[in-house]
This record gives sequence, structure tokens and C-alpha cells, in this order.
Amino acid sequence: MDSTYILLQQYWWFVISLLGALLVFLLFVQGGQSLLFTVGKTELQQKMLLNSTGRKWEFTFTTLVTFGGAFFASFPLFYSTSFGGAYWVWMAILICFVIQAVSYEYQSKNGNLLGKKTYQIFLIINGVLGPILLGTAVGTFFNGAEFTVNKANLTEIGMPVISSWDNPLHGLEAVFVIWNVFLGLAVFFLARVQALLYFINNINDEEVDKRARKQLIPETALFLVFFLAFLIHTLVQDGFAVNPETKEVFMQPFKYFTNLIEMPVLLVVLLLGVVSVLFGIIKTILPGQWKKGIWFSGVGTVLVVLVLFLIAGWNNTAYYPSVTNLQSSLTIENSCSSFFTLKVMSYVSILVPFVLWYIYHAWKALDLRKIDKEEMEEGHHTY
Amino acid sequence: MVENIDTSLIDWSRAQFALTAMYHWLFVPLTLGLGVIQAIMETIYYKTGDTFWKNTAKFWMKIFGINFAIGVATGLIMEFQFGTNWSNYSWFVGDIFGAPLAIEGILAFFMEATFIAVMFFGWDKVSKRFHLASTWLTITGATLSALWILVANAWMQYPAGMHFNPDTVRNEMNDFWAVALSPVAINKFFHTVLSSWIVGSAFVLGVSAWFLLKKRETRFALGSIKVAAVFGLVATLLTAWTGDGSAYQVAQKQPMKLAAMEGLYEGGNGVGLVAVGVLNSNKKAYNDDVNPFLFNIQLPKMLSFFAERDLNAYVPGIVNLIDGGYTKSDGTIALSAEEKIARGQMAIKALANYKKAMKDKDEVAAKEHRATLEANFEYFGYGYIREKTDLIPPIGLTFYSFRVMVILGGFFILLFLVAFFMEKKQKFEKATWLQWVSICSIPLAYIASQAGWIVAEVGRQPWAIQDIMPVSASVSKLSVGSVQTTFFLFLAIFTVLLIAEIGIMIKAIKKGPELENHSN
Repeated sequence: MDSTYILLQQYWWFVISLLGALLVFLLFVQGGQSLLFTVGKTELQQKMLLNSTGRKWEFTFTTLVTFGGAFFASFPLFYSTSFGGAYWVWMAILICFVIQAVSYEYQSKNGNLLGKKTYQIFLIINGVLGPILLGTAVGTFFNGAEFTVNKANLTEIGMPVISSWDNPLHGLEAVFVIWNVFLGLAVFFLARVQALLYFINNINDEEVDKRARKQLIPETALFLVFFLAFLIHTLVQDGFAVNPETKEVFMQPFKYFTNLIEMPVLLVVLLLGVVSVLFGIIKTILPGQWKKGIWFSGVGTVLVVLVLFLIAGWNNTAYYPSVTNLQSSLTIENSCSSFFTLKVMSYVSILVPFVLWYIYHAWKALDLRKIDKEEMEEGHHTY
Repeated sequence: MVENIDTSLIDWSRAQFALTAMYHWLFVPLTLGLGVIQAIMETIYYKTGDTFWKNTAKFWMKIFGINFAIGVATGLIMEFQFGTNWSNYSWFVGDIFGAPLAIEGILAFFMEATFIAVMFFGWDKVSKRFHLASTWLTITGATLSALWILVANAWMQYPAGMHFNPDTVRNEMNDFWAVALSPVAINKFFHTVLSSWIVGSAFVLGVSAWFLLKKRETRFALGSIKVAAVFGLVATLLTAWTGDGSAYQVAQKQPMKLAAMEGLYEGGNGVGLVAVGVLNSNKKAYNDDVNPFLFNIQLPKMLSFFAERDLNAYVPGIVNLIDGGYTKSDGTIALSAEEKIARGQMAIKALANYKKAMKDKDEVAAKEHRATLEANFEYFGYGYIREKTDLIPPIGLTFYSFRVMVILGGFFILLFLVAFFMEKKQKFEKATWLQWVSICSIPLAYIASQAGWIVAEVGRQPWAIQDIMPVSASVSKLSVGSVQTTFFLFLAIFTVLLIAEIGIMIKAIKKGPELENHSN
């Protein structure tokens, strides 16, 4: 195979991993929603919380959509196999996000049919189930799913379906694998930790600040329990390896740990990420009014999640393994788009830094003035 | 036992996609149209410094925000449904179809998401110039996202810039510009976006007319009408022009869709265009002798002219397209449906033989089967067609939707023309009849817009990708019950949210703009 093609395949797995990592960071919006009534005790405080995450929800949403679009374009076999097979998990995730999309705008408006409380409950449902389900779905990258792929089926005129799911629960069975759920819960508590750090940074209110700092301790503890359990289990378990010569998929002991050892840069990035997350949290918890924890924790989150995605796909690893038909497992090579398409999209991806540049400037311009009671009462456009 | 795809699975999957697309298309046209109108208003404010225009723009932005949220919600389902319900399709053409979707996300959605926040929350936080740029970038992002999804849709109607790779068993892109700039894509983009501007203009005109009728916010209403009438008039004229281009493309690339749009069974030279007509429900088969119309009024030779730019050109009807044998415009003789089906089956069989030969490492046989496949690939999708009559799209729905769209298009040209002159002569404020007509025109704009999509999508059945993959070969292998459940779930969610949206909009409109010191 052309070495440029191989490089492009690895590059697009990196892009997907980066989008996934950014998505997990941006789930602080969901974390914030889940804390609406925990941190916000008065209506005004709840309004400040909603306006804090509400001005960022579209970034999370757009990143999710782009994550899906980029997966479709670069690894269409994953798109067709997972979305068409794990139907109920993806549908649950989609519905969670559908109800979020309208809730910020509608909850405070007159004539909204369902009442303010209902839309706030929608936000909480999205805030709780969104991260848990996304994390659980990503858990299958390490623990496998139940599907079969046979491209030759296209020549069966009566039933030309290439990918079929082998479990009648169509994806819901993923919640019966405890390690998937552990990742889901780790993502959930991480999102809540990030949200608390974001509130501390973005809202100018003494009570909210105090309550957020207090809440940070139990949320961090729960995050660490689930994350470390998942990470340790992943590193010691057998992983789904690919023979680079025969392309055969086989179980290899300590595969993901081996990936870190064989790609030491990733090990360093992982450790840096963990340290950065912990530094952001611990310095915020310590006495003082330090408010920049979100940036350290955010960067750390992106680095850690990036590495987790990369060790799932790089270094001859099947990133979407099938536990019912091992040779149906999806690898970067057998599921990616053509050389031409990856090349075209790589040109487009050159524009990503420009996109990040204007997002940074727009974000900065909006966050220059922190959210406070006065702004909420001024009568401008608020949620 | 030979397993077969359950036809009700195909029907329910199509119903779910149609439901989502139609709901999504209730909100997107208003976003595209209103987005430009509010940007024009803010530009006037930027140029003149008159805060009246700032507040006018802010009122329409409030409406825009209410509508935008639900458009985003329905759009999410649209994107992922390609994977969830059309998984075979996603693999077979993901290499081509996915790219515009990814570009849409990277280039358009982020632009929209970033600057919409500045547009809503940045009035007192950024400079006037930055704010105006953000408003324009929001609608530019929305329009660019329409561009890329319409490029993807146009590719399904007219697959270009690709080849079939039997080793990967999928179609692969080999010419990006042929995909992005195909004549069908260009026409579809302009026709769709311009028609959305009509919806936006009709909405602003109608709501403003309501204020006049209630004798409220007169200056605001007349100012908004001034912008909407000019913008709407330009949009309707350009939509008619691009509509002609679209119809020409349909005639060239999807002759069966054109025949369905016209209820044309027997083609010929110098064929007339049906201006109005009622289809005969007694016509049961494409080739029976029953007259397809109870009555119709035709414009002589005009279908030939619109389809081929020649008053006497040959236009095939449904019978001709199924039976074949006529001479096409390139001089070749058209194949019958049966011949196409046979060649499609030959292509599919050649693919199976090729795969087997490759597995057996029989290069000679592989080469031979590959040649057979390539020679017949043009008809690949026909191989999945069971009955030749499956190639005929629903005639009634396509025929009537087309007429509804065209007649309402004509009506809107007239409406905006009248609105423009009445506003110019300062008579709109007193013309109660015109105010009522304008209010009633709001749902008509939506009906026209929906009808356009019905023509485009129902008219191309049974194809997911024209001639290459029918919907029956595109679906995910799910239980019918699962798809039925999600269909009704989406129906309930979207309907409740639509009612909520309308309720919020009505309240916001009734409350009216906050014009500060500007009296009526």
C-alpha cells in the first residue's frame, strides 16, 4: 500500500481522535446542565448557570455533528456498521441532544407549551445521559461490540446488507459490560468537574463560586474512581491487535499498555494530560481565588482523551472490535475512505487552525465580561 | 432459505427520513431567508446609525433564534440517520457523500455556531463592525452548510466524479470538483437557497402586515415590508430562473422524474406542458389505454422547449422509458427497463464472480469478470429492482406537488410586486386586503417550499442514488418494529416542539419589537 495513503489513514484517525477529545472537553456544557439545581439554589443563580453554559452549547453540538460527519467521510464502514447496528444507543444519544437544542432558547420564553421546568429537566436529562451514553459507546472501542461485516453480501440481491448486528438489543447490550459503563461514568463526572471549573471562571458571583468549589471535591473523587478503574483495566486487559502482514485480528495480552510503551510520546502526553487535569482541579480546591483551573483541566482532558483514542486505533490495533466475529473488526485500514477522498479532506483540514483561531477570538470577546447578576437583570438577550 | 429485505422496513425507513427531512425543512428556509433580511437591516443601521434599524434587526433576530434552535435539533437527526437507517448506502457511497458532510461541519457549522453567539450576546461586548460581521458570518455559515448538503443531495440525483472499486465494494471519488460543481448541484443550491429567501420574505411581510392590521408599530412594519418586498421580489424572480434550470437538469438526468412531474405516459415530439390538470384515478397500469387525465390544459410544445430547449424535441413518457426503443438526444437507442434490469443483474453477478476469482487467486477470470462489471456498471442498481413497474415513482404526489410549487411561485412574484409598489406609493398601510393576503401567504410559502422537496425526493424513487442504488438496497438491517418506534418517537417530539415553537413565536410577535424612543 502507498505510504502516503497509510500516512493519511493515520492522520485521519488523529483528526477523529482530536475531535473526540475536544468533544469530551466541551461536554462541560452537559456537566453544567446536570448541576443546575445543585449549584444554583435561587432562580437568579440558575439563570446565571444557564447563561454560562448556554452561550457555549452550540460548540459542543457542532463538535458532535462534525465528529459524526468526519467519521462518515474518513471511516465510512464505522459509520455504517456502528450507527446502523447499535441503533438504540445512537438513537438515545441523538434524542438526548435534540431535546437540548431547543431547551436553552425555549425554557425562559412565554408560550413554550411545556413550561420552564420541563425544558430544564430536558437539560438535566441531556446533561446526565449525554456524557454517560457517549462514554459507554466509546467504551466499546476497547471492549468490543457484536457485529458482522461481509462486503460480499452486496451481491445478494434479496438481502444486500453489508453490516449486520448480532445482538437483538442493537447496542443497548453495551451497558451490560461494566467497563463501558465505567468509562461513561468517568466522562460524566469529568464533565461535571469541568463545568464547576468553568462556572468558577465564567460567573462573577460569590455564592456560586463558593458552592462550585465545595462541590468540586466529591465530583473529582468520583471521576478518579471510575476513570482509574477503567484505565487500569484497559491497560492490563487483552486487546484487539492486527497482524500487519496477514491483517488478521487476534487477542494480544496488554495490547493497550504495549501501545503506550511502543509509542512513548503518547505515554508522555497521557501523563502530561493527567497532571494538567489534576493541577487544574487541586489548585482550584486549595485556598485562594484561583479561577483558571478550567484551562489546565481542559487542555489535560483533551490530551488524555486524545491518547485514549489513539491507542485504540494506532499501532496495528482494531479500533472497533467485533466480539462475535473477530475478523469483522474494524481497523483504520479496512474501514477508511479512498486515498483520493482522504487527500481532498486533508486539504480541507488545513483550514482547521483558522477555524480554531476565530472560535478563540469570538469566545474571548464574549467572555471578556463575566456573567453577573447585573447582566441578567439588564434585559438583553439572555436564556 | 433465501433471505429478503422486508418491504415494510424500506417503507418505514423512508417514512422516518421523509418525516425528519420535512420537519427540518420547515425551519431551515426561514433561517436562510430571515438571516439575510436581518443582516440587511443591521447593515442599514451600521451605515446610517439610526437605532430604529438596530431594534428592527433585533426583533427579527429574536424570531430567528427561536426558529434556529429547532432547525439545529432536526438537522442532527438528518445527519446521523444516513448511518442509522441507511447503513448500506453509507458504506456504498460514504467515500463520496461523507466528504461534503465533513466539509459542512468543519467550514460551515463552526462558523454558524461561533458567530451566532456573538450576534445574540455581543451587542454590548464587541464593536459595531465586529457585530455586523458576525451577523453576516452567521448567515454565511448557514448558507454554506446548505451548499454542502445540497452538493451531497445533488450527487444522489446525478452521481458524478466517481468510479466503482470492486475490491472495496464501493464507489470512490476521483474528481472532487465534478462532485462539488456538477450542474445539478449548482442549480439545486441556488434554487433551494433562493426559494428559502422567499419563505423569509413572505414571513417578514406577513408578520409586518399583521402589525399594520392591528395598527401597531407602523414604522417598524413599513420598514420591514420595504426590505422584505424588494428582497422577496428579487428572490422569486431568481427562483423562477433557477427553477427552469433545475427542470432542464431533471429532463437530462432523470427523465422518469420529469415524466412523473408531468403525468406524461406517452412521449413524443413537440410535447405540451400541463398548466393545470386532474389525474384520472382509474388509470391502474402504466400501459393500459386509460387516459391519464380527467382534464388538463396544456401549453403547446412547452415541455419540449423546457426539457430540450427545442419546441419540437422528443420527450419520453413513462411508457417509452419502461419499454425503451426510442432514440435519445445523443443518437443512441434507449434500453427497455427489462434490459436494464438484466444488465444490472449481470453487473452484480460479475462482482460476485470477481470477488470469488480474487479469493481463488485466478487473475484471468478476475480480469474477465471485472470487464463485465465495468461494462454494465451503469445499470448496477437496476439489478436490485424486482418489477419494472417499481421504476415508476408515485405519479399523483409528484404531479400535484410540482403544480402547487409552480403556481405558488407565480403567486409570490405577483405578491411581492404588488407589495413593492404599494409600499413605494405609501398605500400599504391603508390596504387592508393586501395585509390579509400577506398574512395568509405565510403558510403558502411553506407549502410551496415543502412541495419543491416532495417533487425532488419522491420523484426520484426508487433510487437512493440514481441508477446505482435503489432504496431497497440501501437500508440498515433492523426490525420493522424498531424503525416504527423511532418514527413515532420523532413524530411526537418534533410535533410537540413545533407547537412550542409556534407558541413562542406568536407570543414574541404579539409582544412586538422594543423600539425604545421610536414612536409609531
